[in-house]
Amino acid sequence: MGSAEVIVILQIVLAVLVIAGVAWFVVSRRRDDAALAGAPAAPPRPRTAGRITGRISKASQSLGGALRSVFGRGALDQEFWDSMEEALIGADVGVAASTDIVARIRERKPESTDDARRLLREELEAELSGRDRELNLGSKPAVIMVVGVNGTGKTTTIAKLAHRLKADGKVPLLGAADTFRAAADAQLRTWGDRLGVDVVGGQEGADPAAVAFDAFQAARSRGRDVVLVDTAGRLHSKHNLMAELAKIRRVLEKESAVDEVLLVLDATGGQNGISQAQVFTEAVGVTGIVLTKLDGTARGGVVVAVERLLGVPVKYVGVGEGMEDLVPFDPHEFVEALLADA
Amino acid sequence: MFDSLTQRFEGIFSALRGKGRLSEADVDAALREVRLALLEADVNVAVVRSFLARVRDRALGADVSKSLTPGQQVIKIVHEELVNTLGGEVAPLRQSSPPQVILMVGLQGSGKTTTAGKLAKHLKSKGRRPLLVAADLQRPAAIDQLETLGRRVGVPVYAERKSKPARVVKAALKEATRAGHDVVIVDTAGRLQIDDALMKELADIAKVAEPDETLLVVDAMTGQDAVNVAKGFVEHTDLTGVVLSKLDGDARGGAAISVREVTGAPVKFAGVGEGLDDLEPFYPDRMASRILGMGDVLTLIEKAEATFDAQEAEKAAEKMVKGEFTLEDFLAQFQQMKKMGPLQELLAMIPGASSALRNVEIDEQEIKRVEAIIYSMTPEERRNPKIMNGSRKRRVAAGSGTSPQDVNKLLRQFADAQKMMKSLAGRGLAGLAGLGGWRR
Ligand SMILES: Nc1nc2c(ncn2[C@@H]2O[C@H](COP(=O)(O)OP(=O)(O)O)[C@@H](O)[C@H]2O)c(=O)[nH]1
Ligand SMILES: [Mg+2]
Repeated sequence: MGSAEVIVILQIVLAVLVIAGVAWFVVSRRRDDAALAGAPAAPPRPRTAGRITGRISKASQSLGGALRSVFGRGALDQEFWDSMEEALIGADVGVAASTDIVARIRERKPESTDDARRLLREELEAELSGRDRELNLGSKPAVIMVVGVNGTGKTTTIAKLAHRLKADGKVPLLGAADTFRAAADAQLRTWGDRLGVDVVGGQEGADPAAVAFDAFQAARSRGRDVVLVDTAGRLHSKHNLMAELAKIRRVLEKESAVDEVLLVLDATGGQNGISQAQVFTEAVGVTGIVLTKLDGTARGGVVVAVERLLGVPVKYVGVGEGMEDLVPFDPHEFVEALLADA
Repeated sequence: MFDSLTQRFEGIFSALRGKGRLSEADVDAALREVRLALLEADVNVAVVRSFLARVRDRALGADVSKSLTPGQQVIKIVHEELVNTLGGEVAPLRQSSPPQVILMVGLQGSGKTTTAGKLAKHLKSKGRRPLLVAADLQRPAAIDQLETLGRRVGVPVYAERKSKPARVVKAALKEATRAGHDVVIVDTAGRLQIDDALMKELADIAKVAEPDETLLVVDAMTGQDAVNVAKGFVEHTDLTGVVLSKLDGDARGGAAISVREVTGAPVKFAGVGEGLDDLEPFYPDRMASRILGMGDVLTLIEKAEATFDAQEAEKAAEKMVKGEFTLEDFLAQFQQMKKMGPLQELLAMIPGASSALRNVEIDEQEIKRVEAIIYSMTPEERRNPKIMNGSRKRRVAAGSGTSPQDVNKLLRQFADAQKMMKSLAGRGLAGLAGLGGWRR
C-alpha cells in the first residue's frame, strides 16, 4: 500500500470536515460576534501602520509612473528604503529576498543614497558570487538534459547550445525526447538542419526515455562529443510527468553519467520560478539554470531567490530567438540590468 | 497545511476581533498582509499600490455590518474589489457577423497555438465552423504544430509555407468566405512587446484581418513584467480580451490582475491543461480566491453545506480538534464527503492546502482499499483501534483482501494523522472562521 496516500486521504477528509464544520460554526456564531463587536477592546498595535498609510497616500499616481526612481531623492528615510524594496520586488526578486537584502544594506549603515546604491549592487553581486558556471562535459559523449515548464524555451536553448558547442569544436547530437507536443520533433529537426547537426527522434507518443536512450547510443556509436536531450515542457505540479522525467534520467544513467541537467526558466516568469526550481531539482537533480527571454523588459530577478535557496547556478542567458542568442551568465551585467532604473 | 494568507488573516482576526468599527490602524495592519499576499502572487507592485488605495478608501468609509467582525469586513472588501478588478463576471466572446475573426497574440511561449486549437474545438462543439490560420511563420515547425492540432480537433488549417503573415491572413479570409466558415482563428508568432518590427507586423496583420476579437494570451506564471507586456500590446492592437494560460499549475496567477488593470480588457478564458478540452471560462471570483491563496473556499463551503448535515459536521470537526475523531467517524464522514465530488477536485479547493499536498495524485484504487480495511473492522475496533491484536489484524486483512502489514500501516497512519490534524484543525478553524462569514 502506498504509504503517503492514506495520510493524504485522511488529511483531505479532515480538512473538508473542518470547512463543513466551520460553515455551520460561523453561521451559528455570527450573532455572538455581532454582540462582541460592541465590546471594548485592547488598543490596536499595528506593526507598521505608518508605512502603509504613507505609501498609499502617494499611490494615487497612474501606473505609468510605475516605480518611482529609488535613488533620485537625497534622503535616506523610510520612503527611500521602501522604494528600494519595491524596485527589487518589481524586478521579480520576490518579497522575502528583497526585504532581506534591504535589511542587510540598512545594517551596513550607508551614509548617502549613493552609498546605499553601491551597497545594493554589492549585496546582489555577492549573492550571486562564488558559483561554478561552467558547463560540465565530463563523459564522452557528455549527456545534457534540458528540462522546464511549457514554453520557456527549451528547444530553442538546445539549438543555441549546440551552436556554441560547435563553435568550440565539439560535435553535438540532438535527442528529440519531446514526443508529446504537436510537431516538437519537427521543430528540433528544423534546427538540426540549420545547424548541420544530427537529430535522433521517435514517433509522436513514443516513450521519451527510450528516445533519449536511442539518442545517447547513436551519439556514442557515431563518436559525437555531446548529446543534448530535449524534453517535453511540463508543469512541475504534475506528479506523473515529473516521474516520467526522472525515468528519462534513470534510463540514461544505465549507460552513462548525466553531466548536466539544465532547467530553462523564462525571465518573464515571477515567483513560481522558485517552486519550479525546487521541484525539478528534487525530481531530476538540476545542475544549472538557463534564463531565457532576457531580451525583453523582464528582469528575471527570481533567479536571485533560486540561487540563494537552492544553490543552483545560472549558467547561460537567452537573449533572442536566433542560434547566436545564448551567452554565459555574468552576475555583474545581470545586476546592472536588474537595477536599470534604480 | 493551512498556509499563506489564511494563516496571516488568523493573526489579524485575533487582533481585530471584537472591535466596533474599522479604525485606520486596523485597516492598515490588515492591508499590510494583503499587500504581501498580492506581491507573492506576482501582482505588479504598482498595481498593488493602486489596488490597496481603493480598498483602503472603501474600508474606511464602510459601515460595519452588524453581522461581520472588522477583520471579516476587510477581507470581504478585498475579495470584492479583486473580483471587480477582474471584471466581476464571466465574459463571453463577442457576437459578430460571420465570419467572426479571432486574432491570438502574445509573447513567445505563452500558449497561443495550443489556445487557438482549444478555441477551435470549443467553437466547433457549439456548432460553429471554424477555420484555423497559421500566421506564425517565425518559429520552426509552428505551422506543423497547428496542423497537427487542427487534425486532432477536426478543423481545417489554412497555411502557406513561404509567405508573409498578412498575406496568409488575407487569403485565409477569402477561403473562409468561399468554404462557408463562420469563425476564423488566427495564430500569430510570439513577439516581445518592445520588438518594433514585429509589433508593426502585428498591426499589419490586424489591418488585414479586421478582427472582432483580439485575444492576448498571458502565461499564468508571468511575473512583474505583465504590466509592460500588456501595455505594449494595448498600444499596438485593439485588445478585446485576455486568455490566461497554464492555470493548471500552482502559480497564484497575480498577472491576471496586472493585465486586467492595464488593459481594461476582460479575461475571457483560462487554459487548464495541455489537452484540447482544457479551456474554461474565466471565473473572476475563483481567481480572486486563488490569488489571495484561499483556495476555492466559497465553492467548497457551498458544496459542504449542501452535502453535510451541518450539526453532524460541526460535531465531527469538534471531535477532531479534541483528538477524539475515530475511524468510525472517519468512515461516516468520508461517505458523505464522497458525494461532494472526486477527492482530487476537493483537494484543489481547500484553502491553503500546501503545494506539496495539492500536487498529490490521488489513486482511487488506494481509497477503495482503505475503505475495505475499515469496513472489515468491527464498530468497536473502529472506535478503539488499540484492541487490534495480531489475530484481529489477520482477520481484517483477510476480509479486505489486503495484508496485515497494510492494516498495520493504516492504523499507524491514522494515529499520526489524528495527531497532526489536532493541531492543524485548530489553526484552520481559527483562520476559516473569518472566511465563512462573508458569504451572506
Ligand atoms: N525573445 C526570446 N524568445 C525566445 C528565447 N528563447 C526561446 N524563445 C522563443 O520562445 C518560444 C518557445 O520556445 P521553445 O524553444 O519552443 O520552448 P519549449 O516549449 O520550452 O521547447 C519560441 O517562439 C522561441 O523562439 C529568448 O531568449 N528570447
Ligand atoms: Mg520544446
